[in-house]
Amino acid sequence: MGATIVEKIFSMKCKKEVCAGDVVMAPVDNAMIHDITGPLAIRKFYEMGGKQVHSPERVTMLFDHQIPADSIGAAENHVYMRNFAKEQGIYNYDLREGVCHQVTMEMGKAAPGEIVVGADSHTCMYGAGGAFATGIGSTDMGFALKFGALYFRVPETIRVTANGSFQKRVGPKDLILSVAADIGADGATYKAIEFTGNTMKAMNMSGRMTCCNMAIEMGAKAGIVPPDTITWDYISRLRNIVPFPLESDNNASFIGERTYNVTNLSPQVAEPHNVDLGVDVAKVAGTTIDQVFIGSCTNGRFEDFVEVAEVLGNRNFSDNVRVIIIPASRQEYLKTLRAGLIERFVTAGALVEAPCCGPCMGGAFGLLAPGEVSLSTSNRNFKGRQGSTGASVYLCSPATAAASGIYGEITDPREVE
Amino acid sequence: MRVWKFGDNIDTDAIIPGRFLTIYDPRELAKHAFEGIRDEFSSEVKTGDIIVAGKNFGCGSSREHAPIALKGAGITMVIAESFARIFYRNAINVGLLPVVCDEAGSIIEGNSVMVDLTGGYLIVEGEKLPIEPIPDFLMRIINSGGLVEYAREFEEVPVCIASHQ
Ligand code: SF4
Repeated sequence: MGATIVEKIFSMKCKKEVCAGDVVMAPVDNAMIHDITGPLAIRKFYEMGGKQVHSPERVTMLFDHQIPADSIGAAENHVYMRNFAKEQGIYNYDLREGVCHQVTMEMGKAAPGEIVVGADSHTCMYGAGGAFATGIGSTDMGFALKFGALYFRVPETIRVTANGSFQKRVGPKDLILSVAADIGADGATYKAIEFTGNTMKAMNMSGRMTCCNMAIEMGAKAGIVPPDTITWDYISRLRNIVPFPLESDNNASFIGERTYNVTNLSPQVAEPHNVDLGVDVAKVAGTTIDQVFIGSCTNGRFEDFVEVAEVLGNRNFSDNVRVIIIPASRQEYLKTLRAGLIERFVTAGALVEAPCCGPCMGGAFGLLAPGEVSLSTSNRNFKGRQGSTGASVYLCSPATAAASGIYGEITDPREVE
Repeated sequence: MRVWKFGDNIDTDAIIPGRFLTIYDPRELAKHAFEGIRDEFSSEVKTGDIIVAGKNFGCGSSREHAPIALKGAGITMVIAESFARIFYRNAINVGLLPVVCDEAGSIIEGNSVMVDLTGGYLIVEGEKLPIEPIPDFLMRIINSGGLVEYAREFEEVPVCIASHQ
């Protein structure tokens, strides 16, 4: 019996053959903490009798959810974490770099074959870089900080194969919204999702990140794209690393297999209040919206803003909509800025904010009032996620968000000339 | 003891909204549990109450504030048809018992419910409902009184130990 890519990663790290269902204490290559879940993880570390963090150089610390501090409580959390970083010799990116997952990727902290944990559910995004990466709670993070290792149950894998080429203005976000609608919000609970097929092979890193980011929205423990030249090119620009083969064996055992053809896929929109309620844009076209948010770890990269600018052309956004654009990181911000797109967005009437989570989690600014409707390129539309529980959030791609921002209602981006 | 019933896909944003995540005190967090979703919960919940829900309880964000808020409210156990993975593990880590029961849907508000973990069943109004066994390695954590207590016993852990469940 062959092994899946996930089983191979755990076998490599544990230096013994393990398979799905085994419970292992595996070493952690990198651990990410941010300003929301970090303070609790640090408290747990101390409560566990922790004195010195196991491997400070393997900890990624930054602030992104509530920056610049939007309350005294948030400011206190930042101070608490800064002090911990100093005491422990952890390098702290503080509020300079942007959203945790984007920054972890672009700092080269997640490479093929590594095991990475983050005190945040969308940590599964690093599977785009060929790592086994999973979100954990603060107590588990306290444990990982103290011991440099954590208990894992090696998950079974569902293989998702996507073939075909996208139509113009249809892309990775539309694919993953349709996969989530098919698999369901709990269809992959406790499992890993491996993304393969020629659509994935042709997809750039940004698109792969979008797909892996949303594996958790199906309950998955991890999403992973087998590393290929695109992955190795990306990671070898960031750190010294020698490529090695890493993929599931032909005779590996998968707990589920799904195949999709994207050739005729329409732009997808997830209706309120669950991520697995994706429908063709035609079904909701014409819905009036109050706010458009283009950003987040799911879709806040340069490639996403190029899509937005392409749809926008020389038009302006509707006066009836607040368009909030937030690059996911400083590096993505700079690329977008240098390409002249920030100026275009601001001219068109958008509000462009510095890299952070922004309205995505409803913890900082950009909150919605009861009855308001938001269209968002982020990954969650739960009731109350972006403000009032009486508000509604629809999820979509950057292209659909741009088209809808122009007309003030949900619009099929393919219909914009 | 009161049973609080919820449906499917109760996410952690619903259990404790993002704007309260700068709070760490369990009792303070409990004041905002299910705010905007089920407003009477925080004022009426009593120590020893139980939550019974459908599928995928605790999906979404990894915030441990969610099980902490429920524990702070006095909830001792959450019974659901299934749990989201991170919530399940967080609950065990903080000492809130998650119980998987296929027939959770048959429990109604007002029922008296007890659990027998070693026997592997719930007793609902005198009747036994089977529950899914808790994996051994998590049972060890529960028996220590949570992951913090468990972790206090060691200075280092043997990496790479594996056991087939
Ligand atoms: S952008 Fe949204 S989903 Fe991503 S880390 Fe921030 S709050 Fe979480």
